[in-house]
Amino acid sequence: MNADFLDLLRATLPKHAMLIEPEDLHPYECDGLSAYRQLPLAVCLPETEAQAQQILKLCYRHAVPVVARGAGTGLSGGALPLSHGVILSLARFKQIIAIDAEARTARLQPGVRNLAISEAAAQYGLYYAPDPSSQIACTIGGNVAENSGGVHCLKYGLTVHNLLRLRVITIEGEILEIGNAALDSAGYDLLALLTGSEGMLAVITEVTVKLLAKPERAQVILAAFDDVQKAGQAVGDIISAGIIPAGLEMMDTLAIQAAEDFVHAGYPRDAAAILLCELDGLNEEVSEQMLQLHDILQSSGATSLRTAVDEAERLKFWAGRKAAFPAVGRLSPDYYCMDGTIPRRKLPDVLQRISELSAEYGLRVANVFHAGDGNLHPLILYDANIPGELERTEEFGGKILELCVAAGGTITGEHGVGIEKIDQMCSQFTAPELALFHGIKQAWDETRLLNPGKAVPELHRCAELGAMHVHGGQLKHPELPRF
Amino acid sequence: MINELIEKIQHAAAHSQTLAMSGSGSKAFYGGELHGITFDVAAHRGIVDYTPTELVLTARSGTPLVEIEQLLSEHNQMLAFEPPHFGPYATLGGCVASGLSGPRRPYSGAVRDFVLGVGMLDGRGQHLKFGGQVMKNVAGYDVSRLMTGSLGTLGVLLDVSLKVLPLPATALSLRFACDQQAAIQRMNSWSRQALPLSATCWENGQLTIRMEGTQRAIQAAHGKLGGELVANDMAFWRDIREQRAAFFLSPLPLWRLSVPSTAAALKPEGPQLIEWGGALRWLYSDSSPGEIRNAAAAAGGQATLFRGGDKRCGVFHPLPSALLAIQRRIKHNFDPHGIFNPCRLFHEF
Repeated sequence: MNADFLDLLRATLPKHAMLIEPEDLHPYECDGLSAYRQLPLAVCLPETEAQAQQILKLCYRHAVPVVARGAGTGLSGGALPLSHGVILSLARFKQIIAIDAEARTARLQPGVRNLAISEAAAQYGLYYAPDPSSQIACTIGGNVAENSGGVHCLKYGLTVHNLLRLRVITIEGEILEIGNAALDSAGYDLLALLTGSEGMLAVITEVTVKLLAKPERAQVILAAFDDVQKAGQAVGDIISAGIIPAGLEMMDTLAIQAAEDFVHAGYPRDAAAILLCELDGLNEEVSEQMLQLHDILQSSGATSLRTAVDEAERLKFWAGRKAAFPAVGRLSPDYYCMDGTIPRRKLPDVLQRISELSAEYGLRVANVFHAGDGNLHPLILYDANIPGELERTEEFGGKILELCVAAGGTITGEHGVGIEKIDQMCSQFTAPELALFHGIKQAWDETRLLNPGKAVPELHRCAELGAMHVHGGQLKHPELPRF
Repeated sequence: MINELIEKIQHAAAHSQTLAMSGSGSKAFYGGELHGITFDVAAHRGIVDYTPTELVLTARSGTPLVEIEQLLSEHNQMLAFEPPHFGPYATLGGCVASGLSGPRRPYSGAVRDFVLGVGMLDGRGQHLKFGGQVMKNVAGYDVSRLMTGSLGTLGVLLDVSLKVLPLPATALSLRFACDQQAAIQRMNSWSRQALPLSATCWENGQLTIRMEGTQRAIQAAHGKLGGELVANDMAFWRDIREQRAAFFLSPLPLWRLSVPSTAAALKPEGPQLIEWGGALRWLYSDSSPGEIRNAAAAAGGQATLFRGGDKRCGVFHPLPSALLAIQRRIKHNFDPHGIFNPCRLFHEF
């Protein structure tokens, strides 16, 4: 069957748009979550929507699963191949189709890089607001599939808040337009449903995003604290004063030291926590609120306050935060990045528990926190070459996510479920809720060929895992396939 | 209370009855005709959780909007999407189910942009929860936003968590005399600049805009734009939002045209009022629905028969068949017996 299918696929595509040799497939064996690897049956790199449509029709006819892939920067294994499936790479859909400066919109092919949108819009004084840390490399199609965030979410929202229209192909090969260039459209909000759907419902071939006017001025302040709890309190004080910062980030000692040693951002190495708080808007507004912010941070017990004196220093302050993950990566052979979200007021309790678990497991943790919106990224340091350490890390990570759910939060704020957090979905959702998710998938993809096994666990898998919580993380049936 | 609602749903499912969702009835005029036994959720009310520093409020769906807005304003916060009430007892459930937003929508976002989580009953009478009380949450499909604007056709909203925002320090409204085309151009070109716009409206040769922010910022923006100060502007924007302004007194059918903000002045005969920086055009007209829908579609948008007129033409802009099929399957997944608000959204389900 495979040989027939591959022959037909080959007949559909130009020679250079298809890879089947193992050495060519290797770059596609994982995404940003490299702990999981799998070679696909084939990789398709279509150049036109018609080719992508043909691939999907063929896969549908032959019941071959399809995993869509953008830049492969995802952190949850959402683009992990299936051994009997095809990778549909949108990497060649790189064109910025049109920027309408007057209407403040950009029409993009899905393979356009996030940062490239703002670069192209800059000549009109416009930019695209969501800015995930991987924005140099990640693509807009992937951003839509994951509903990516960034450090400016509190004020400017996630991908879902900045989209107008999608053009997608269903597994049956039907081309659909979802949304339009206006602000709303009739019927159920399928635009929201597709955003963050992790390639499970349809394949995106075009994205129309909103662009915003560049703020007149942006100013950042760096506040140091001798206690994490005080930093957390300061965040609440800022919000209470009616200020919505453009960015509000927190880092703990280990993350501060790693970032400082890596990019020399000027962070105080001895602080227990730092807050980076950025205000933007009209010049006058920023000036007024900066004064207010200064007072608030001082009375919340900041041990030092530094306002970036110029644009270069502002970018340097941010460079430390944006490089926090690779910086922590230098402290240890491997690190595992978590992505829970919690109500902000629970931060001190959750950090306390994480530090207890860290001692229990003998694994260090650096914490990077989107403090404005409650999205916590604990980075667990480990060494994959030590037998059993990855397994212990994953178990520790799973406990952190369950802790987030228990605190009234969620297992994933912006990285997606993918394959990584599929088991924790069982602790966040009940069986009827998961069944409803499966029903939503089937409304689009009845034979379940688009990215099967990701994002939403099968009910029998959760039933088996029911024992996991009882037995302290020991899988009851290790012989069951993971996905 | 929830158990009673579940029993009613299960009874309706077992006896092939249909249920007509109702809060205060303030938005009963909107959407297709209601059929079936009234399913009243107004008694399921009360604010469940509100911590101002979290910027999140959770309330039961029968909670009156005025009660929520009152509590928020005591803490200098607001529902930033400025929902229209269309009645003194409008509920949170009706606000979310109708998905209607007010003047601040293009500048702050729509209801769906602020919905963080819902508790609901589906057509099997199952109590389900999606999303939560946090602003970033990508676990599972975004059912909370799918429920927003679904007009009670997918399930019964029990409670909703919303993101809320601080009230702006000051607001100021300005008025300019200009024709429709000039107004459309100005609204768009001002949006391209970093101005603190929070509402725009053109009608009958007058463009009115609202700006919000800190005192000095608003003054600076006023200096830049000029224009005549509008006295008692809170009442002006409330009357636009609630459709109590003189424009909304016509006996003709009222059409709501959602179009790209830059769309040139639309052709159909009849008085028009423009909101949302050009993206929303209200039209009183007895032209044929086909003519109005074609004009909206030609401009890249859609037309809804908002009030009055003959609903047999379909209230909402018709969907291409493939999209309608997906919507029908989604409806079936939530409500397999077809008991909730049949034909409120589309004739087909």
